[in-house]
Amino acid sequence: MTSFIDIFHTYGWKDIQHSIATKTHADVERALYASHRTLEDFKALISPAALPYLETMAQMSQQLTQKRFGKTIQLFAPMYLSNECNNICTYCGFSFDNRVKRKTLTESEIRQEIDVILNNGFKHILLVTGESDAHVNIDYFKKAIAAIKQSFANISIEFQPLSTAEYQTLHDAGVHSVLVYQETYHQDVYKTYHPKGRKSNFNYRLETPDRIGQAGMHKIGLGVLLGLEDWRTESFFCALHLDYLQRTYWQTKYSISFPRMRPAEGIIEPNVIVTDHDLVQMICAYRLFCEDVELSISTRESEKLRNNIIPLGITSMSAGSKTNPGGYAVEPTSLEQFEISDERSSKEIAALIARSGYEPLWKDWDLSFAR
Amino acid sequence: MEITINNTLKIFEGYDSLSVQQLLNLEIPERQKGIALAINNTVIPRSEWQHHRIQRQDKIIIIKATQGG
Amino acid sequence: MQPLSIAGKEFHSRLFLGTGKFGSLTQMRDAVLASGSELVTVALKRMDLETDTDGMVVSLQHPGINLLPNTSGARNAKEAVFAAQLAREALETNWLKLEIHPDPKYLLPDARETLKATEELAKLGFVVLPYIHADPVLCKQLEDAGTAAVMPLGSPIGSNKGLKTADFLEIIIEQSKVPVVIDAGIGTPSHAAAAMEMGADAVLVNTAIAVAGDPVAMARAFSLSVEAGRIAYEAKLATPIKHAVASSPLTAFLHD
Repeated sequence: MTSFIDIFHTYGWKDIQHSIATKTHADVERALYASHRTLEDFKALISPAALPYLETMAQMSQQLTQKRFGKTIQLFAPMYLSNECNNICTYCGFSFDNRVKRKTLTESEIRQEIDVILNNGFKHILLVTGESDAHVNIDYFKKAIAAIKQSFANISIEFQPLSTAEYQTLHDAGVHSVLVYQETYHQDVYKTYHPKGRKSNFNYRLETPDRIGQAGMHKIGLGVLLGLEDWRTESFFCALHLDYLQRTYWQTKYSISFPRMRPAEGIIEPNVIVTDHDLVQMICAYRLFCEDVELSISTRESEKLRNNIIPLGITSMSAGSKTNPGGYAVEPTSLEQFEISDERSSKEIAALIARSGYEPLWKDWDLSFAR
Repeated sequence: MEITINNTLKIFEGYDSLSVQQLLNLEIPERQKGIALAINNTVIPRSEWQHHRIQRQDKIIIIKATQGG
Repeated sequence: MQPLSIAGKEFHSRLFLGTGKFGSLTQMRDAVLASGSELVTVALKRMDLETDTDGMVVSLQHPGINLLPNTSGARNAKEAVFAAQLAREALETNWLKLEIHPDPKYLLPDARETLKATEELAKLGFVVLPYIHADPVLCKQLEDAGTAAVMPLGSPIGSNKGLKTADFLEIIIEQSKVPVVIDAGIGTPSHAAAAMEMGADAVLVNTAIAVAGDPVAMARAFSLSVEAGRIAYEAKLATPIKHAVASSPLTAFLHD
């Protein structure tokens, strides 16, 4: 069976980095005004040569986004089910070698948590775990989903990579979308950041979206952990991945998230600093490259950025998030995966969205219709 | 024996049995390039022409390439 | 100009030719040679045992020319699969232009039967190039069924109206994992060039060449236009600047 690996391995990191660095203003202008933008155009839009065009990109990104999605921002809440993890990821608070108290929510704790989340207004939920087969396995996932299914219009998951059959099981159980970030597309350094655990297998992770697509999931979420390696080159590979998946699993929807490294217990400093300016360029470049991809911003980001980023091309935001299992009700002070930056409540964020001239969406009506 | 070729009934006097190749040699001895043959809607590959026997009442289609877009 | 690859076979000309409607076999052969085309369609017909010659295949015997038999005349998937098997025997190629048109007036392709036949023929080992409407969803379904390329129409066959389906062809080209060959309706070399500039992998032309005042000269004209269009596409066309933006209302916060 062919997968993204076959395509991925025909590209070299250094070649791409060089190609992006040598893009010219003419390349950027051609990309801006092309009727269909290619991966070459995407390279131009994330290149340093595009810096003087950022406002133009933002204007075009806004137009394209409104044309496709209307003036709406979808709201969702993450719910951490467990911080158990057998992987060592040098940037993550849940890393196996991090001596912290571990917790996996029981069914009754899950119910306590979702009461708070529902009370905050959310109908879209993102379930998150670490990777620990003993604590969070397919049987646990099925039970957790069954416990919350009636309460939410849309369930997304961010679990460890699973098999195609397991994704099919979860799809049947009511999961709508699966997020799996490659963290970095730089294969050599991937091993350094993930020295131990099943996650250290780069290729298995890289093929995960293929398995999700084969399982017929409605939506696949991609992303890189911003701060590990050169974000421009990372973005190219992520766009390449998106392009491949859209062509192959053409009935599936896609989303991109922009997790920027945040301080967390016991982790390394970012290798590269991704500025707000960089993030805006990235968001606009993805939008110009792909009109229909959903772009998501989390509470990792600052109030200032989130206040201003709504009209620039994003389509979904989390709000009032807790990144620790039990953080909403059961055990508010347990260890977080990362520190959130925007601590405003869901109501405040909804008001902010409305003030920006957008409608905060709690529920995706289109999906309810499809189910 | 009687055989239908391309919707036309043909009588082969004095033959009780014919191979595909024999039939073609009788009918189109010079023009056997670029043709294909089916008996009762089953294509007979060229490699079987020598051995495949035609039965009485068989319906044979012979096609050839022609101009077209 | 980059070579085109379909099912592992390389082509150095991106112009495919149909062989219908020419005044004579000699004229047809001369036009094919003048076009530089390496892939030429042929139809099948029941042989007239009394009069038919093998002039057609003989006149196209040339090291550079590959034959692409079509299934014209087939009205459904079953007939097309049968025609395909005959074509494979007659012309010793597993390449096939699949065309199924139950409608004898406009010869418009039947999407449902074409998809069905593509599935069957791909399993039987055929290299299938189906003639279809400019329907982006059908193109993806054909890919899933194992098609080697897609051949969406520009406008009704033989109409010379050009790329009436341009908006949909653009979507097909944008999404496709297999080569896109624009078939039908291309009436002038500028239509062919426009298709290539748009990013089509190849075009198939027949009527516009066959019925031209001088088919051989027209074949050459199409050859040049296809090559020009492709080179322009590969060279990345300049695009008109639509508007300029003076102020920075959306990104000003980055400089606070």
